[in-house]
Amino acid sequence: MNQLKVLWNGIIKENPTFVLLLGMCPTLGTTSSALNGMSMGLATMAVLIFSNLIISLIKNLVPDMVRIPSFIVVIASLVTILQMCIKAFAPEIDKSLGLFIPLIVVNCIILGRAEAFAAKNGPISSVMDGIGMGLGFTLGLTLLGAVRELLGTGKVFSLTIFPDSYGALVFVLAPGAFIALGFLIAIVNKLKN
Amino acid sequence: MKKLESTWYNMAIVLTFISVIAGAALAYVNEITKGPIAEIQQQNEAQAIKTVLCDDNAAITDTIVNGDVTLYLTDNGAAVKTVDPKNESFSGGLTIMVGLDKEFKVLGYTVIVSNETPGLGAKASEWFQKGGKGDIIGRVAGQFKTTKDGGDVDAITASTITSRSFLRAVNNAYAEYAKVMSPEVDVQTAATNPNNE
Amino acid sequence: MAYILIFITAIFVNNVVLSQFLGICPFLGVSKKVETALGMGAAVAFVLTLATIVTYLIQVYVLEAFGLEYLQTIAFILIIAALVQMVEIVLKKVSPSLYQALGVFLPLITTNCCILGVAILVAQGTYNTQGLEPNLLTGVVYAIATALGFALAMVIFAGIREHLSMMNIPRGMQGMAIALVTAGLLAMAFMGFSGVDAGLAKALGL
Repeated sequence: MNQLKVLWNGIIKENPTFVLLLGMCPTLGTTSSALNGMSMGLATMAVLIFSNLIISLIKNLVPDMVRIPSFIVVIASLVTILQMCIKAFAPEIDKSLGLFIPLIVVNCIILGRAEAFAAKNGPISSVMDGIGMGLGFTLGLTLLGAVRELLGTGKVFSLTIFPDSYGALVFVLAPGAFIALGFLIAIVNKLKN
Repeated sequence: MKKLESTWYNMAIVLTFISVIAGAALAYVNEITKGPIAEIQQQNEAQAIKTVLCDDNAAITDTIVNGDVTLYLTDNGAAVKTVDPKNESFSGGLTIMVGLDKEFKVLGYTVIVSNETPGLGAKASEWFQKGGKGDIIGRVAGQFKTTKDGGDVDAITASTITSRSFLRAVNNAYAEYAKVMSPEVDVQTAATNPNNE
Repeated sequence: MAYILIFITAIFVNNVVLSQFLGICPFLGVSKKVETALGMGAAVAFVLTLATIVTYLIQVYVLEAFGLEYLQTIAFILIIAALVQMVEIVLKKVSPSLYQALGVFLPLITTNCCILGVAILVAQGTYNTQGLEPNLLTGVVYAIATALGFALAMVIFAGIREHLSMMNIPRGMQGMAIALVTAGLLAMAFMGFSGVDAGLAKALGL
């Protein structure tokens, strides 16, 4: 039961995108379409699960003073491995996410969860936390991507909902990212109260 | 298990240990993925050439590299990989490959690298195809211009700069190919083709 | 002349925050007051320039020389973290007053993705060099301009938010929601600069 609570916590109660407001750069930068947002979310989730697992396993071996550098090395290695795998086996994703893949290293969610959760809990809860937070992040990015894609081009996941020419292209561009996320957060705030 | 003390000795050992493991893991994955990555890049190029020439058996007779431009010559025309020579687009710019036949008609094109705003770069790869709103397939290259600049190609909605950049790249492909086909003819005069007037 | 163009393009046309989405966290996090925004901007400018130079040299003389490109991410992030620490220690010793002003922002900078992002872009040479060869000089010009663009966006945004804090805002929109919408409008204003680089290139005769 407890594990499920950890999972639920990440997806809904402490949703990293809408509630904790962590990892804003990839959230805004990669959500020009629902598919891009989802790929970024899943890539981050993969790193998050493994970094939580490894850090919860080695947490007692690492002296406090070198904790952060050690965590950063672990996270950066995982990100590089992911980057190479994506380049080799899913080049399309590499093309659409580009620079934002190596930048997963500096995504505050990963180091934040390592510090706040994995460094204090066992491996199983840490993996659950990684899955929960990862799913929450993926959900947030996919939702924002879908909203932007729909308003901008009339499509969701490349399925046409209404004709292209009624779309407001600004939502695919930079300003639309900020505005769409702003209103989504406002809606979440409204629902919470 | 008790947490290790933060002594110099412990810290040095742990950091070295973690770095060595991380380095080894990365080197290993790098070895595994190096092959597929190189293969994919080659495949992409080869696939792009076939796509833009609309010919799955296109045999390249010669490859000419000229700065940012690469020409793959075949018996029926050429696939030209090129960038926008002026690069006035939003960000890093556009790299496209255009297939031209011997009469400089556009056989096909594909967008290879697009540093444009994601949504717009993606649009360029459909907009100018056959049946698209700015269809340029089958027309003679060299003098494409958007309707805004007095030409007859519809620009991508709300994205004139990307469209201009794209068309300049296509025209550049023509100029480079024309130079190879008939080095002595001035490209500008050759471009004044009746089909374009 | 092309250097001027790189400079202006990086500040206005491709503003790092408002069109490239790098460094959003500090942009949203520490922009409630103009003064703190200025401090953060200055700290980022300092570290970004330094980090770009060091990472570029490491990339060329260590990683590429020994065929270790796959260690790029890990090497760069460690360099940046170490640099931030060093800057903090040096500042503390040399100029306590400057340390007082910038000190609180320094630890935050390690996880500022605009530093790592720009370092990677410069090392790969995939930024807009306006036709120049990507080398250390163009990289540094680009980095300084990017940092100035970051500071500019921060300060303008903080100025708007200072005024916003005195306004009546619907409950759901309060806090981050209204800040994001404001940032969107600011990004729209910066879109007005698109095409300026082309005109400028013509004016400078490039």
